[in-house]
This record gives sequence, C-alpha cells and structure tokens, in this order.
Amino acid sequence: MASEKDDYILQMRHIDMFFPGVKALKDVTFNLKKGEIISLMGENGAGKSTLVKVLTGVYHKTNGEITFDGQKIEPTTPLASQEMGISTVYQEVNLCANLSVAENIYIGREPRGALGRIDWHTMQKNASDLLFRELGIDIDVTKELNFYPVAMQQMIAIARAIDTKCKVLILDEPTSSLSDKETERLFKIMRNLKSQGISIIFISHFLEQIYTICDRITVLRDGTYVGEYEIKNLPRIELVSKMMGKEVKEGEIESNVDKSIPRDNIFLETEHVTVPGKVKDLTMDIKSGEVVGFAGLLGSGRSEIAETLFGTLLKTSGNIYIHGTSVSVKTPMDMMKNRIAFCPEDRKVQGIIGDLSVRENIILAMQAKNGMFKHMPRSRQNKLADYYIDLLRIKVSDREQLIKNLSGGNQQKVIIARWLATEPNLLILDEPTRGIDVGTKSEIEALAVSLAKEKGMAVIFISGEMGEMVRTCSRVMVIRDHEKITELNGDEISTAHIMQAIAGDYHGKSC
Amino acid sequence: MHSKFFSNLVASQNFPFYVTGALFLILFGIGSVMFDSFFSLQVFLNLFIDNAPLIIVTVGITFTILSGFGGIDLSVGAVVSLSCMTLAVLMRDTSISPYVCMAIVLLIGIVVGLVNGLLITYFRLQPFIVTLGTMFLCRGFTAILSRDSVPISNDAYSELAFYSFEFGEYFLSLGSVIALSMVVIATLILRYTSFGRGVYAIGGNEQSARLMGLKTDSIRVRVYIISGFCAALGGICYSWIMLSGYTLHGLGMEMDAIASSVIGGTQLMGGVGFMPGTLLGVMIQGTILTIISFQGTLSAWWTKIVVGLLLCLFIVMQALVNSHKNKLMNQIAEGSVKADKK
Amino acid sequence: MENLVKKFTSSSLALPLVALVILLLFNAFFVNDFFKIEVMDNGNLYGRPIDILYRASSLIILALGMTFVIATGGIDISVGAVVAISSATCCVMLGGDISGVPHHPFFIAIIASLCVGVLAGIWNGTLVAKFKIQAMVATLILMTAGRGIAQLMTDGQIITVYYKPFAYIGGNIPGIALPTAMIIALLMICLVLFLDKKTSIGLMIQSVGINANAARYAGIKVTAVLFAVYIFSGFCAGTAGLIEGSLIRAADANNAGLNMEMDAILAVTLGGTLMVGGRYYIGGTIIGAITIQTLTTTMYAIGVSSDRLPAVKAVVILMIIVFQSEKFKEMYRNYKLKHQNNGGSKEASNA
Repeated sequence: MASEKDDYILQMRHIDMFFPGVKALKDVTFNLKKGEIISLMGENGAGKSTLVKVLTGVYHKTNGEITFDGQKIEPTTPLASQEMGISTVYQEVNLCANLSVAENIYIGREPRGALGRIDWHTMQKNASDLLFRELGIDIDVTKELNFYPVAMQQMIAIARAIDTKCKVLILDEPTSSLSDKETERLFKIMRNLKSQGISIIFISHFLEQIYTICDRITVLRDGTYVGEYEIKNLPRIELVSKMMGKEVKEGEIESNVDKSIPRDNIFLETEHVTVPGKVKDLTMDIKSGEVVGFAGLLGSGRSEIAETLFGTLLKTSGNIYIHGTSVSVKTPMDMMKNRIAFCPEDRKVQGIIGDLSVRENIILAMQAKNGMFKHMPRSRQNKLADYYIDLLRIKVSDREQLIKNLSGGNQQKVIIARWLATEPNLLILDEPTRGIDVGTKSEIEALAVSLAKEKGMAVIFISGEMGEMVRTCSRVMVIRDHEKITELNGDEISTAHIMQAIAGDYHGKSC
Repeated sequence: MHSKFFSNLVASQNFPFYVTGALFLILFGIGSVMFDSFFSLQVFLNLFIDNAPLIIVTVGITFTILSGFGGIDLSVGAVVSLSCMTLAVLMRDTSISPYVCMAIVLLIGIVVGLVNGLLITYFRLQPFIVTLGTMFLCRGFTAILSRDSVPISNDAYSELAFYSFEFGEYFLSLGSVIALSMVVIATLILRYTSFGRGVYAIGGNEQSARLMGLKTDSIRVRVYIISGFCAALGGICYSWIMLSGYTLHGLGMEMDAIASSVIGGTQLMGGVGFMPGTLLGVMIQGTILTIISFQGTLSAWWTKIVVGLLLCLFIVMQALVNSHKNKLMNQIAEGSVKADKK
Repeated sequence: MENLVKKFTSSSLALPLVALVILLLFNAFFVNDFFKIEVMDNGNLYGRPIDILYRASSLIILALGMTFVIATGGIDISVGAVVAISSATCCVMLGGDISGVPHHPFFIAIIASLCVGVLAGIWNGTLVAKFKIQAMVATLILMTAGRGIAQLMTDGQIITVYYKPFAYIGGNIPGIALPTAMIIALLMICLVLFLDKKTSIGLMIQSVGINANAARYAGIKVTAVLFAVYIFSGFCAGTAGLIEGSLIRAADANNAGLNMEMDAILAVTLGGTLMVGGRYYIGGTIIGAITIQTLTTTMYAIGVSSDRLPAVKAVVILMIIVFQSEKFKEMYRNYKLKHQNNGGSKEASNA
C-alpha cells in the first residue's frame, strides 16, 4: 500500500454522487499514476463525465475521498482544482476568441511592468516561446484567437494548462473535431507531456485512438466501477463487453449485412454538382433500398455533400435529379418536399431544440413541411410522438419531457424520429453515432440497415469510424479533398480497402 | 496584392476606428467647405466643450457594452438628471460646500451602478431590464426632489462652471478637460490593467474567463459602478452647462451614448471596442449638430435622422466585417488542412 | 386542492396574476368606488375598471407584438417611435383643417398608418433576418431616427385633427358601449390566440428562439419567421399609433408613444416570457399589460403625479424580475428545504 501511494498522483475512493432522486455514482474508484495516460471508458450515462466533474469541482461528491499529490482534497470549483494542478481542455475550447493568443495563455497572471501595468512585450514573447518550446508551434501570438482553427485553439488551451504547472491534464473528447494529422500531432504532444511526468486522462469515443495512446483503461458502467486494466491485457472485444455488461461475440459487433446490390431503382442522381470550396464536380446516384456510406477524413467534404443534397448548402452548378427529373434547390424545404431527410452532424447545435419537449421535437419537421397553417391537432401529435418513442425505444419519462434532459443517444433517436415522421425516401445520417454509447450505436446501425432493406428507403450513412461503415453500408463512396474518388461495392467494402482508397492506393474494381 | 492589403485591413482590429476617424474628417470637411467660419480650432474645441457630458457618459456605457452578456446601462440619462437635480436642490436648501455636493452626487452614481451590478450578477438578470428599472427609479426620484426646474445660483459653483483653460485666443472648459482625461484614463485602464483585459475577456466568453481564473462577477459589478460613476460625473458637467436641475435633463442621453459607442466601433455583442473610437463617435454626432446649427434653416430632428442613418451604416458594416473575418478564418483553416495533407 | 395550488404557483401566470390581485385589493380598500361601473347618459360604460382596460388597450396591442419578437430571442425597441410615425401619418393624411373636412378619406388614412407600421416592421425584419444584426441594435436605428421622421412629416408642428370620426378610435363609436380601443385590443387578442392555437407559428417562433440553427435544419424558414414577427410587431405599433393619435386628436411627434416600448417589454417579461427567447405566454403578457396600467391608474388615484410615477414603477419592475429569476427561485427552494428538514439536511445541489 505504501509504495502505491508514491506511485499515484491521484486516487479517488468510494466516490458517491447523488443528483436529486438519482444516484449517479456508486462507490467508484479511480487511480491515476504519475506520467501515465489513462482512458475513462463507459457508455453514455455510465458516469464518466460526472466523475470528471466531481474531480474538477463542477459537481460535489456526496461521499468518498480524493487524494491528490499525497494530500486529501475537496475540489469546490473548477478554478480551485485548476490551481491545485488539475486542468481540463474541453472539446469546445474554453478560451476567449476575441483576445489575442498571448492573452489567452496569460490572462489573469500577466507579466507586469512599471507601475503595475501589463507588459505586453514580455507577455507576447513568453507566449511565442512557450508555444514553440513545448508544442513546436510557431504562430503570430498577437493575432486574435478566432483567427486560428479549432485544432490550433486546442493546442493553445493545452499550452495554457502546461504553463499553469498542471499535474493532471484532462482531455475531454479533444479529437472529435480534429483531422487525423492534427490528432497525430496532439498525440505527439501528449507523449511529450507524459515524459515530463504529467498524467493525462483522455476521454474519447474512438477505440482506435485509445489503443494507440493510452496505458491503462478504467471502465465504468451505470455509475459503478467495473475495473481498471492494462491496455495490453484487454482486447477490444473484452473492453466493449465490460462497458456493455454482457458478453459480446465478435460477430455481433461486426455483424454482417446483406451486401447485395438492390434492384436498379435510382432515387437520386447528381451530375457535376459543384459548391465552390466545398464540393467538387460530384456525379453519383443513390438507389432506393441501399445504405450508401460517405467515407473520408474530417474536412474531406463528406458533410458538405450531404448538406448540398439537403439544400443547406447551395450548388452553383450541376444538376440534381430525383426519380429522373431535375429539381431546383433553394431551401431545405425544397428537398423535404422531395422526401429527403437529414440528421445533421452536430446534434446540440444543429439538431435538438433544447427547451422544447420530445413531442414537439418529433413533430417539428413534419409540421414545418406541412406549413404553419396546417396545424396538427394535439391528439395526433401525441399519437405520433408515442409511436416513435415506442418504435425507436427512446428512453423518456413522458413525451412532454424536455429534450435537453435526455442523454445523447436518446436525443439522437428523437432527431431520427423527427425525420422518420416526414416519411422520407432518402434519409441522410451524418455522424449519427458520434458521442453515443455502444448499445445505442448498434441500435442506430441496425435501424439504418432495416430502413433500407425492409422499408426500401435510401439511406446515406456518414461516419468517421470505418468499422461502422463496413457493418452498415452496401456501397461506400470515398471522398477526398471535396471530391468523390471512388466507390466500393458489396464485398469490396472493408476497413483496409476504405483506408487505402482514402490514401489513394485503391481504386476499386469498378468506378 | 492590393486586394490582400485591403482584406487584411478590413480584418484588423482597428478597422472600425479608421472608418470612424475617416468619417469624422469627411463630416468636418463638409462643414468647412459649406461654411466659411466652420474651419477653425475653436469650432473643433467646441465639440469637446458642448459634448463633455455625453463623452463622459459614453465612456461609462462603453464599459458595460464591452462586458458582454447583453451589457448595457440605460440608467445613465436618468442618473445625469438626478445628479443635476441633487446638486441644485442641495445648493438651494443647504449650505454644504459645492465640492461636498459633488462628492455626494458621485457617490449616488456609484450606488446606482452598484445596485445595477449586483442585481445583474447576483440574480443573473438581463442588464437591459435591470437598468431600465433603475432608469425609471432615478427619473422618479428626480421628480420627487422637484417637479420644476431648479436653478443653481451658488457663486463658487458657477465659477467652476465658467472656468476655462485658455491658450491664445482658444479655450477649453473644465468639463471638456475632464471628459478628455476620462477618455485617456479609460483607454489606459482597458489596455494595461488586469481589470481592463478582464472586461474584454468576459465580453468575449464569460464561462471561459471564469475557468481561466478571472473573478467575472466582481469585474462585471465594477463595470456597472464605473458606468454609474461616469453618469454622475457627466451629470456634474451637464449642470455646469445648464446651471439648473430639471426632470427632463439628459432625456434620451442613454440612446445617444449607445449610438456614439456603436459609431465608435464598439460591438454590442461585447468584447470588441476601442475607447478613443467612442470619443470620435460622440464628435461625429457633435459635428452633425454643428453643421445643422450653422446651416440655420434645418431643424434639429435632422440630427436624429442622420445619426440613425450613421448607426445603420456602422451596424451593417460591422456585420459585413465579421462575415469577412469568418471567411478569412475558414480560408486559413482550409489552408492548414491542405498543408497537413502535403 | 393542494395539487391545484401547486399547479397555479408553478404556472407562468401566477406572478402577474398575484401582482394584479394585490393591486386590485389595494384599490378596493383605499380608493373609493374603485369597482363601480356606471352606464353614462349616452349609453357608454364608465368606471375605473373600464378606464384601466381602455387605457391599457394600446399597451396590450404593443405587448402582443413584442411577445412574439421576444420569443424569437429578439427585441423591438422601435415600437414607441413607430407609434409616433403612425399617428403622424394618420393626422397628416386627415389634415388639420379647422372645418373638420379630411384631406383624404378616413379609411385610406387608417390603412396608410397601418402600412407605415408594417413598413417599419419590414425595415426591422430586413436588418434582423437578412443582415443578421442583433435585434436591439437593429431596432435602435429606427428608435433613434423614428421620431425625427415623425417630426419631419408633421414639420415639427403638433397637428390637431378636427375631423370628428377620428376621435371614435380613441373614444367610443356612437351607440357602442365599450370604448373602441378595447374592441380593437380584443380583436387583436383573438387574432393572436387564433395564430397561437390554430396554426403552428408558435412552435416555429419558439424553435427559432431556442435554437435557430437547429430550426433551420428542421426545415423551418428562420428568415421568414423572424421577418413575420417584426412585421407583426410593426403592425401592432401602427394600430397602437392610431389609438394614441386619436386619444389626443393630434399628432405629437415628440410625445406620442414615448417610453411605450419600455412598458411593452415590461408587460412581456412580467407575463413570464424570458428575454432570452423561447417559451412565450400570451395570457401572461395581457395580464402583465393590465397590471402595469392598473399600477399607473392606482398611483394617479392616490395622488402620485405622472412624473413621479416612474419611481414606483421601477420598484415594481425590479421586485418582479428578482422574483422571476432562477437564483431567487433557488434561494426560495433552499429556504423551504431547510425549513422542512429543520436545517438538518444538506442543501439542494443544483437547479
């Protein structure tokens, strides 16, 4: 025991945490060694973010004790825990976009000159030194923060954390908006920090990344502690089964879909569709009854293609045909009238209307489509909402619950219900499983497949996770630099092939 | 090359300031071409003399706008009125020294600002509605003190009012000198103190500012105290011009101040603004008034219309500049993605 | 019963209703004959309650328009100035001939005033919906310039209209017992309730107010919704302008509708609609407007002069917004919890 104490920078023991009426954490244990990268894993609602928030002082634990750096601590506010040496970098960068890079690093503790005034010169010099020395970044620190892309802003946030002498760095889903290259750079920085003795808690939904960078994994389920494991002793499949609480066979996750190409019933075609800077000369078709995947790196233009098909981005040239007739697109409504539905990528910002009830969120698109003067009677609204809550197994206390109080997975299901209610012929799912627990994830995957196979719907499935694409899609279009490079059909579809195609080494059997 | 220079100019933080400056020069130029006696140093100095109260009030209100969270202080006009009335009544009914009276008035301003600030931060209320309340409150109090105009006839006080700094044949009033010093002080505070940078930070993103260790609530309360103090100081300067207290003094001044601030390049979302720009904003309004008074036949309401038009111009310009900046940022982001791929 | 009480106290109408009842009780005790309604010789109804509703009419109309605007997360501070423009338009169209002969037919003057209101709405709507300018800033333009425009129309004069029927709008149409303004307000309320209950405009407005981006992705035409609410607000201001002009039978560009935007915003917040947008409460707005007018009338009745009235109003506003704030509710909850547990248990953790 004594030797353990020296080893661990942070120990959380027997942590209980109550929300009014709910026990969010039950006797949870969490250990973090000096200079290691640990991943906190669990489905949504397992208590990962609650545990992190207890640690950073956002929530206050009900029972248990936290030992940090050999001392018992009681985190009260994020600021207090930051001062102790526990820093967090969130997915949405928590910096001030209107201030310069240098200020963002030093605000609140600026170097002072004569008369106690802020010494801008020293501050800027220190900032660029710090960024270059620690992270190898060479940028103009006098520019405003919003001059730089999100990835860079995240690096700047990390630089701030390093400079405040943090001992534990929490990275909360930092990679979800980064390209592969940027992720790689982040990992390099993380390894560098690790070698300096900083401990990192890395939260991500990408299994791949966790196995690349982490040393150990702590698994939580339903607010309880499942265990902590050395990464090399825990195969992926076991990790998933530990998170889900049941034995999952390889086949269940990699479930094989009917990859046969459906009957030749083209629903939508595009011809040389171009949106300057977003979509380059796109020609493709989508048949009813198939699940088409758009594979590509983040920023490759896969979401932009979806947005063009839905009318939130407007093409400047080219044609879109539906059932062989050319359609003009000015607004999303034009496409909704053509029975196209679109679940956008960013659920919080583009999907849910937080303060409206689940019922209202479900009927919204249908009501918008019908026009405001064809008001649905309340009884029909109720029936419709109940139908979809039942169909998609959305977990709600009742249909009048506000959607913002649901978990991410259930919110996603409500958005899908919203679009199913419009009875679409083409359903576009843009990253429908991002940030969602494994259970709901496979439900949504299965739903996409069954909509295509059983209802004859055309489905476009966009995801950054290759495995998911392989499981669901019967055809995959590979997008790179805003351009469709190739298509993979049926048995060709495999993680390796998609990767090669993205890298430009695989051109498929047929184009 | 040319267009790139222009694009960077538009994206630069000081662009609104340049535009405001250019606009002021153009307006002053128009006046000088139209009227013979317009182009003189004294006409220029009169801009400060006539608008000293508005300049001071605008300095205060700019702090509140910069602090974000819908920051605004609608009570400033009413505080100006209350200050004039308090001074007039105190000097009429008591024998307190004018200097003590002024200290009392400044204290009242600070208290009003403190009340605003505490209500806004502690109860998380909308500044618009809170300061609307204190505006009504101050107007009401002014009327309770006296419903009629009360003249100020204290000799010592009048001396202050007519005190002027003369150099050659030109002069500046005490009020205008105070106003200009306030602009300088405010500029320095905003640039060189933690508090000043904190105002920008909470205006940009309050949650981040809190996580970065700033005492956001304390900063915001201080912002409203400054605004209340400036309004009271503006009220004192106003009383030097009017030498009376009246319920309708400073009516609508909050809107003039907001307009000046916006014309001066402050963004109403908070977090962006430059204090000398707001000085120019006031002077632009002053120049329009001067042109109209030189012209003689135009009515005063033209000022309102022209100021409205200028507001419109600046607000649309801000919107365009912001979208331009976004475009630039996207280009950079795209550029870095491309660079990554290579 | 207990459930009913609970339901009432948690409903959005509770606060304005309680405020109104308190005011009415106060009046019942301290103002003689407050609730007396008489029928005048000419058949018109007369009495304090009627007077309050009558004078609250234009405020109710403005507040209805403002409710929708605020629900989208916006604000329209130009309504007071639009009231001035609208009443100036009507008076200028009718003309100030002492003979009482109008320059243009009455209905054309009315339509012109309403059109001016709608036009103002289009202007605000363009700035907010098309140019995506913050609502307060966008409407500030018209607020600043509006009175100037009204003065320009009346040439800085106060135009007095001697044309008899003009007074009907602000007074009574001969033979009808209720003041015309009240009837107009009632019609507007009916229109708004119809829009709220029988169309989906309410759902659209709330969606836009809560998350405009997501609303766009759900197929809602955000621009059109924003446009519509500002036009409706302008239309309401145009209507109120007619009433205000008719009340004094003159166009007073300086004072017509002065501070009415503030009262309208106040009525909306009093009614429980949050300034950040989202859920709105038509009933709350109406009661809020009536409460404000009752307060004004009460103050006059107990002898508070019009220029001192703001102080009282301010105290009421500040109290109400504090009561409505989340923080206060939280403090109240904690207090209740402590009371229940005799200070034994811990405090409620979060809202």
